[in-house]
Amino acid sequence: MELQILGIGILTWLVFLPIVGMIIVLLLPDKNRNAIRWTAVIATGLQVVLAGIIFALFDRSLVGINEADSFQFVEQFSWITVESVPWVGRIEISYFLGIDGLSVLMVILTSLIGLIGVISSWNIEKMVKGYFALYLLLVTGMMGVFVSLDFFLFFIFWEVILLPMYFLIGIWGGPRKEYAAIKFFIYTFVGGILMLITMLALYFSVAYTDPATGQSVHTFNILHMMNPDNFVEGGLLSGVDTTWRYVAWMALFINFAIKIPLFPFHTWLPDAHVEAPTPISVILAGVLLKLGTYGLLRINFPIFPDATIYFVYFMAVLGMISIIYGALCAMAQDDFKKLIAYSSISHMGIVVLGIAALNTQGMVGGVLQMFNHGIITAVLFLAVGVLYDRTHTRGLNDFGGIANQMPKYTGIAMVGMFAALGLPGLNGFVSELFSFLGAFQAYKWITMIAVTGIIITAGYILWTVQRIFLGKTPDNRKDLKDLTPREIIAFAPLIVLIILLGIYPSPVIELMNTSLSHLVEFMTKGGF
Amino acid sequence: MIEHSLHSLSQFYPEIVLVLTLCVIIVADLLVKKESNITAYIFLGGMVLTGIFILLQSGRIDSVFYNMIAVDPFAVFFKALIVLTGIFIVFFSLQSRELEEYKSRIGEYYMLLSGMVVGMMLMVSSTNLLLMYLAFELTSISSYVLVGFTKETPVSAEASMKYIVYGAVSSGVMLYGISLLIGITGATDMYGINEALNAGINQPVILNLSIVMIVVGLGFKTAVVPFHFWAPDIYQGAPIPIAAILAVASKIAAFGLMVRFFLVTFMDAEILITSGAWEVLSGVHWNMLLAGMAALAMIIGNLTALKQDNIKRMLAYSSIAHAGYILMGLVIVAEEGLASIMIYFCIYLFMNLGAFYVAMLFSNKLKTESIEQYKGLGFRAPLESVGMTIFLVSLTGIPPTGGFIAKLYIFSAGVSAGWIWLVAIAGLTTIISLFYYMRVVRNMFFYKPVGEETAISFDMGAKIFLFVLLIPTLLLGIYFEPILSFAKDSVLMFGM
Repeated sequence: MELQILGIGILTWLVFLPIVGMIIVLLLPDKNRNAIRWTAVIATGLQVVLAGIIFALFDRSLVGINEADSFQFVEQFSWITVESVPWVGRIEISYFLGIDGLSVLMVILTSLIGLIGVISSWNIEKMVKGYFALYLLLVTGMMGVFVSLDFFLFFIFWEVILLPMYFLIGIWGGPRKEYAAIKFFIYTFVGGILMLITMLALYFSVAYTDPATGQSVHTFNILHMMNPDNFVEGGLLSGVDTTWRYVAWMALFINFAIKIPLFPFHTWLPDAHVEAPTPISVILAGVLLKLGTYGLLRINFPIFPDATIYFVYFMAVLGMISIIYGALCAMAQDDFKKLIAYSSISHMGIVVLGIAALNTQGMVGGVLQMFNHGIITAVLFLAVGVLYDRTHTRGLNDFGGIANQMPKYTGIAMVGMFAALGLPGLNGFVSELFSFLGAFQAYKWITMIAVTGIIITAGYILWTVQRIFLGKTPDNRKDLKDLTPREIIAFAPLIVLIILLGIYPSPVIELMNTSLSHLVEFMTKGGF
Repeated sequence: MIEHSLHSLSQFYPEIVLVLTLCVIIVADLLVKKESNITAYIFLGGMVLTGIFILLQSGRIDSVFYNMIAVDPFAVFFKALIVLTGIFIVFFSLQSRELEEYKSRIGEYYMLLSGMVVGMMLMVSSTNLLLMYLAFELTSISSYVLVGFTKETPVSAEASMKYIVYGAVSSGVMLYGISLLIGITGATDMYGINEALNAGINQPVILNLSIVMIVVGLGFKTAVVPFHFWAPDIYQGAPIPIAAILAVASKIAAFGLMVRFFLVTFMDAEILITSGAWEVLSGVHWNMLLAGMAALAMIIGNLTALKQDNIKRMLAYSSIAHAGYILMGLVIVAEEGLASIMIYFCIYLFMNLGAFYVAMLFSNKLKTESIEQYKGLGFRAPLESVGMTIFLVSLTGIPPTGGFIAKLYIFSAGVSAGWIWLVAIAGLTTIISLFYYMRVVRNMFFYKPVGEETAISFDMGAKIFLFVLLIPTLLLGIYFEPILSFAKDSVLMFGM
């Protein structure tokens, strides 16, 4: 499947539209704030349109994962090729984009959350031009990670995310922004260095034979790295179940675990969330965290099936700890935003537990949970933002009885809250159910302990609902205005999706089912 | 005899042009009015002409003046980088506020600068230990004076004094090492020494001692740990253009010399690899020694930079750390290391000069070099601050900037040669470096301006020159094939 618009592939458009938007934003005069905002809306809106086209045209029967032929919307060009440097043979870095059932959902999520983030950024008044330029750069980085199939390209996009995020938290953030920004930067940069070294080790261990010339070519192509035949004799990461392979797996895992964030690498997240402005929290929880679990599925699992199977139990345990620990921490918060930040840790733990099950149910549940969590936390962070805009406080104990004053807001926020809680009929339930179902087949005890996290979740969510929406209204919170039309526009698509996918999730499951079943099969065979 | 000399002269045009420039500057300085910039333009013209002659030499492999000087792609590459730095330094100097106060002596300044550049060009191309030492001294002596050029500022005078003391001692030690080496091998040119070593010399103690002494001299020039103590004081005291040339060109020259000396002298003549020849020096594991020096430079350079408040001092420690990364390339003695050193220098030139340049622009206007005083500059001078951010991000090594490609190649050479522990240290120290580079960025953007809040404006020339440094820094991060092939073609060294 290929699709080109004006001679340029659809995925390239999808990735670089925000960059085009960024350049326009930079050229616009500083004073013309609305033009800047509308440019951002148009750039991300077009992305949503393209994502819609991809959703419509995507062939649900093709597997992808490790088969280059069955990737869709593929674009591959040679980017850097250096003929025969004596020491490494031919160097090949390619511009290789493509999507399969694993990434298509993430592409849709990114474009959707990207647009909603722009809409909710409307009331940012400080340095509007710089804000939207960085925001659009951030969207490009995230989208790029989800569609690259070349490790080098993957790495570049991965690191491109860092700087805009650093500035967006550091300039537009709350009182402790400097601390939160540098903490985020350092955590993810540590992961980046680990990934860089592993990437180089993989590069020198993998070489495929070019069918045209018979030359042995070192490559960053992720699909070639999945094929055990391509590992060179005596390479650092060649062989099966070697110590170096375990070390490499661990380095990559730490990198991705920092992004997820998995216990014990999670401490940057609450700080970053609390200090970040609302739209950036939405992006952070909605898309950025998914990069971690996506990386595990795209890189760790298929390239190191042996090491994954060796460490999978360990992963499940970390997932379990994250679920319980995140939920318990959330229970203890009296800052609304911090509560949702910890609930994210808990919910991402479910993803990790689900994919660690290494069976189709768990895997499908995990990936679906990535998507659903993206939507649900986006709603929750937007809900916090609404309250914060009106009152400039996020303390849970500062509110009460909001249901009477802001009925529309209460209705919408409640849907989000209950979806997070896992109420049947809303989307969170479906994915949590699948994840735990899959995990139960693989690890009975771990899953049984992990499920208790759901009870704690119910506890803190209901308590929050009680503290904010019910009860007596404090005197200084009497005149809160209900949602503006702009806010409703930001919420609407997310609420529709929450309900729709709760009742009828199969359109989304169909998208990924084939690919994930193939991944499971590939993994259980150990990649051979 | 005559023919050889004539032929040699024809291969020596770049250096001849530069020496002539030097003479013209002296004469012009006597004749024209003191306050004009004429000497700067003469120097600039001379440098451009030299650059053209250097490029004409590309691809040639020859040895001239009776094995004194090699004309090979390796030398051409390094000479081209040195001249390019020299050209950039002219633009620095023209805009420097510090030099403005010494306008009447500016002829001297460019005269010394030409002397320094000639010295550096000879350093990378000499194949004879005596010439090597003379070139080394020519560079050093010119730079002693240049460091103290703004002599009425006490720190500048002090820096110059310190530099002379350090420089004199270390070059003395190096000269002693050279004399020992010449004494036991009976030859002054590297090929002769190489032959003698391959033939077998049974003096391991003296041999090792002489090498250690030579390493002291070279370590001083490259400012790697433990010979780095001079660098911060000298960078801080010297005028910024001179600090910049010391951090870039002087380092390039010293590394060029170091690589040539080690590779040619200790190469195994039979199999043309370097590893075999190291064994001549039994008793000392040279790779390990250099690796240790590299690791120390990375660790100490980066850790000490954390605490600095003066931007020049911070950049001094950062350049010590970068010397460590580059030294990593030398540890991997084979071609892969060589090519990665060359790529590193190519990119390092732009990003480091860029950082010094913006520091100078700020110092011109703010009259301060303190990083704490940079607060709020992002709002007062947005373009320059964004430029500074990109240079610092590049120095850290984050894609998509050139610095990432530089680090990538050094790291990949390390990984492919199996020096995993060294690469791990390099990775860790890179993370440390993030703190101090980002501190500057944080101060510029995350705080409100202290005191004055008015916008700072810079003239058009300053902006254009900023872009001249900025564009390659960014472009090389995305499209680096040209320098890759350039470096690949230049690893060829005469006699190897």
